[in-house]
Amino acid sequence: MSDKLMKLTLKIWRQKDADSPGKMESYQVEGISEHMSFLEMLDVFNEQQINQGNEPVAFDHDCREGICGMCSLQINGEPHGPDRGVTTCQLHMRMFNDGDTITIEPFRAKAFPVIKDLVVDRTSFDRIQHAGGFISVNTSGNTQDANNIPVEKENADKAFDAATCIGCGACVAACKNASAMLFVSAKVSQFALLPQGKIEAKDRVLNMVHQMDEEGFGNCSNTGACEVECPKGISLENIARMNREYLKASLTKE
Amino acid sequence: MSVLDAKVPEGPIKDKWTNHKNKINLVNPANKRLIDVIVVGTGLAGGSAAASLAELGYKVKAFAFQDSPRRAHSIAAQGGINAAKNYQNDGDSIYRLFYDTVKGGDYRGRESNVYRLAEVSANIIDQCVAQGVPFAREYGGLLDNRSFGGVLVSRTFYAKGQTGQQLLLGAYSAMNRQIGKGKIEMYNRHEMLDLVVVNGKARGIIVRNLITGAIERHAAHAVVLATGGYGNVFFLSTNAMGSNVTAAWRAHRRGAYFANPCYTQIHPTCIPRSGDYQSKLTLMSESLRNDGRIWVPKNKEDVEKIRSGQIKPRDLSEEDRDYYLERRYPAFGNLVPRDVASRAAKERCDAGYGVNQTGEAVFLDFSSAIERYGKEQANVLGEKDASHDRIIALGKEVIANKYGNLFQMYEKITADNPYETPMKIYPAVHYTMGGLWVDYNLMTTVPGCYAAGEANFSDHGANRLGASALMQGLADGYFVLPYTIGDYLADEIRTGAISTETPEFDEAEKAVKDRINELMSIKGSQSVDSFHKRLGKVMWDKCGMSRNANGLEEAIKEIRQIREEFWKDLRIPGKANEFNPELEKAMRVADFLELGELFAKDALHRNESCGGHFREESVEESGEQQGEAKRDDENFKYVAAWEWTGDPGEANLHKEDLVFENIELKQRSYK
Amino acid sequence: MKTSVARKILMALSGFFLLLFLLQHLTINSLSVVSEDVFNNVSHFMGTNWIVQFLLQPVLLFGVIFHLVMGLYLDIQNQRARNIKYAQNNPGTNSSWMSRNMKITGIMILLFLGLHFADFWIPELNTKFIEGDMSGMKESGFGLRYFEELQHKFTEVWRVAIYVLAFVFLSLHLLHGFQSAFQSVGFNHNKYTPWIKKLGNLYAIVVPLGFIIIAIYHYTTQL
Repeated sequence: MSDKLMKLTLKIWRQKDADSPGKMESYQVEGISEHMSFLEMLDVFNEQQINQGNEPVAFDHDCREGICGMCSLQINGEPHGPDRGVTTCQLHMRMFNDGDTITIEPFRAKAFPVIKDLVVDRTSFDRIQHAGGFISVNTSGNTQDANNIPVEKENADKAFDAATCIGCGACVAACKNASAMLFVSAKVSQFALLPQGKIEAKDRVLNMVHQMDEEGFGNCSNTGACEVECPKGISLENIARMNREYLKASLTKE
Repeated sequence: MSVLDAKVPEGPIKDKWTNHKNKINLVNPANKRLIDVIVVGTGLAGGSAAASLAELGYKVKAFAFQDSPRRAHSIAAQGGINAAKNYQNDGDSIYRLFYDTVKGGDYRGRESNVYRLAEVSANIIDQCVAQGVPFAREYGGLLDNRSFGGVLVSRTFYAKGQTGQQLLLGAYSAMNRQIGKGKIEMYNRHEMLDLVVVNGKARGIIVRNLITGAIERHAAHAVVLATGGYGNVFFLSTNAMGSNVTAAWRAHRRGAYFANPCYTQIHPTCIPRSGDYQSKLTLMSESLRNDGRIWVPKNKEDVEKIRSGQIKPRDLSEEDRDYYLERRYPAFGNLVPRDVASRAAKERCDAGYGVNQTGEAVFLDFSSAIERYGKEQANVLGEKDASHDRIIALGKEVIANKYGNLFQMYEKITADNPYETPMKIYPAVHYTMGGLWVDYNLMTTVPGCYAAGEANFSDHGANRLGASALMQGLADGYFVLPYTIGDYLADEIRTGAISTETPEFDEAEKAVKDRINELMSIKGSQSVDSFHKRLGKVMWDKCGMSRNANGLEEAIKEIRQIREEFWKDLRIPGKANEFNPELEKAMRVADFLELGELFAKDALHRNESCGGHFREESVEESGEQQGEAKRDDENFKYVAAWEWTGDPGEANLHKEDLVFENIELKQRSYK
Repeated sequence: MKTSVARKILMALSGFFLLLFLLQHLTINSLSVVSEDVFNNVSHFMGTNWIVQFLLQPVLLFGVIFHLVMGLYLDIQNQRARNIKYAQNNPGTNSSWMSRNMKITGIMILLFLGLHFADFWIPELNTKFIEGDMSGMKESGFGLRYFEELQHKFTEVWRVAIYVLAFVFLSLHLLHGFQSAFQSVGFNHNKYTPWIKKLGNLYAIVVPLGFIIIAIYHYTTQL
């Protein structure tokens, strides 16, 4: 373990609230260890700001182990920064060098309006889920025995892979069109691959896609940026599956 | 006679729940539409409760401080969920799960609640599969199981290392269905700051809209608190940054008794701390102990060489390694319960065998598992003469399939590759068994106020078994509360809508606003985090893995001192009526500073070692169990429920005696 | 037509159609290198056959216009979906230049089509439908005119250069467009997609290169 400390220049988007205009501001931060996570670096920065009588930077975070999907941040022009397969809270400062300038912006999309500084409102994702991200079964416990529904392992694994989406919005932030296809397709795919989910697959894909468009997300042009930047490695295969499901549903639904 | 009435139904233990359900009062469907229920917290317990209550027909308002119910910290649970399905035909049963849970909890849980938990556990799996939760499966398409610490059967269902996530997304999807139908009104980014009690009944809550800072009133016929645990009183824990005790503590101050606050689970397998800036600790699932072997070097010279990097851990020969869990507990080995594994790690590190520079780490080694799985896989593939390299490669694949995401997470955090070199782990605060006291119906001592999931104290006694938290959260939310709350609400059908324009709401709202104004006007010099870190250090040093009277008395004094200073010298930038994360933290830490003292007081009064609570004054002096924790059933076989009297140091103790009719009290032995 | 996914599927279908058309166009063009007569005969057939002229040609025109208008419409929507741009953006790390610049390569191809129509299609319409000469004969009356007209266009070096450049843009457009169209209609399979990507790259290089070679061939043979 080396204890080499870094000095960095941070360019951060500051915005008072949703209605105020914002702008990029430059700051210096010192004493950053390479073992810190990116958010711990921001903690140190904020502590320094508070001690200097300034207002700290607001950013979303919670679990700090890469699973809750709360942390966001566009770092040096990439969602969750330059590392792959990680969220911002798992990004470590060893990815940066002493003297670096780091640009930190909120995830940008019309459907993700800024609340303050780096905090954005991602409830558009929730509304898409309300439109069909479920299987209509009551929580009565009077369902059949779990092993009465065998699932082919390949499909079970694929459904699981799709279901690991953490809803962070990096796909939207990375996409040049601010499209939410990867997010929506992950949920559509998870259920489309399971026998339990097939029953209402048609309505699900039609309703979720409709709501996605209502929220003002852009179109998919298959650049694949979402897949590369997704901290959970959700595959583009899911978008293809959603397209298939959509085609099937819109052609056969009465 | 205690003032605490647990309302445990009569009859043999296996019939209690069924009888209770048969006799319970019901609310007819038309009346349910006229009854409001508030659910605070939307993790496994709150999310499943909100969805189930809405399905039944109640009008539900759900509150979460995060931006979406899907972010609740249940999502971070990794390893799995227990259920007495006996799919593996290895002798599992409801009774055995019940027995393991009571024993694992060191006989400090309520038998009737635990039995019910075991009873409904199988339903949870059925329910979740019906909801589309993608549990791990075998090639035949049926569900797979694995085993967890403290038990001798394989009853844990899992979805790689993301079981909590998958279960939470299941509950979230059930909620979404009801939100879409308009039967749940969801309030994201709202934090509960007080409970409103009208004529002795919980009738609503005061919340702060975290975006605008507006203080709002919400009324209901009943309030369910599913707000999780309070491990963050230690500052460093595996909890999420936002996890807090405020909702439960505010309810406590309004009359809900707080039970067993000192019962804290210290999880043995977390990534060790790396520096003072550390904001939280990351758990490595207990499931890793299925395949990983825990060791430290036998000789101190080797410890030094490993710390300084002169030798690599893999270079050390088998004879020079001390697999201390396998040595001390041959029956359970690496799968002893969490409290035992944690204390054993602390014992080795305190003795100077810690393997990193801070001296607080032990190895968790997968090399033998990789080799074993590699050989198995080679046989499966018919490669009789596979080379050693080929076997290792195959073994790594198997390990990657089981724990891939955990290994990746470990590598990202530490920059070490756990396929090549052993993980370094150390215990960290993980779960709090204590919480709001509830009766068999999950109602607190405030009528109409319920507590579910980690927020209540009910099922895990003094120590929780792995993969049981998810089980309890979902059992409470899906299968217990929806029945038991009806018993209370059946008397409320004539009450009519609850008004928020009453003196009680005025008073509660004013109290919240005054508190915020007081905090904002301190304008001192120290940040919230600096106080929180100081509190955490006192808690870890003096109320952590092992405790003694001296240290606890000191802790009480020190916590009071920090609290006083907090209210004199705190600095909160910004304003109250805007998005202000520092203010949010300040309100939470203010409550932790009160809870911390009650915690120490509870630990001090409980002069026995049980489960996660280890008192240095209470150990076995001799015999086979020498040095192990010594329980004192004669004096402490009760639940300690504390009543608020205006100062945490002056809290009133009430005892609920624990009756064991179905399990014989024994010393826990994992030897 | 109502949702983003439907529009994307239609975009892909029109793309597939244009892919087929390009292949057909290249095949006929390459005849001009092989044999003047065959080229003339096939061109005459294509130019006078009723099905080609009044069924396939309008469909083709519609396909081109649809692909173009839809592409621009989707692009306007996409611009709106991110109303505030990033101060620093680093898309090169997560996606190819081709995939992000379909609009630019598409517009370059469109501009080229203007020249191409002015060169061939408009004179052809003029000859056939305004002057009413459906014979396909040279003015001299000896032999079919198509090969001569083709050659005539490739005498100036600037025109050849523009053709070559336009086909480079076509290649860039196809390098993303070919495999993208499969993804859009929902075809993505671990086993086959890698092959489709290879085939797409092959197509995107061979087809434009074919056109380029033909143009240069006619230019050099007339030097």
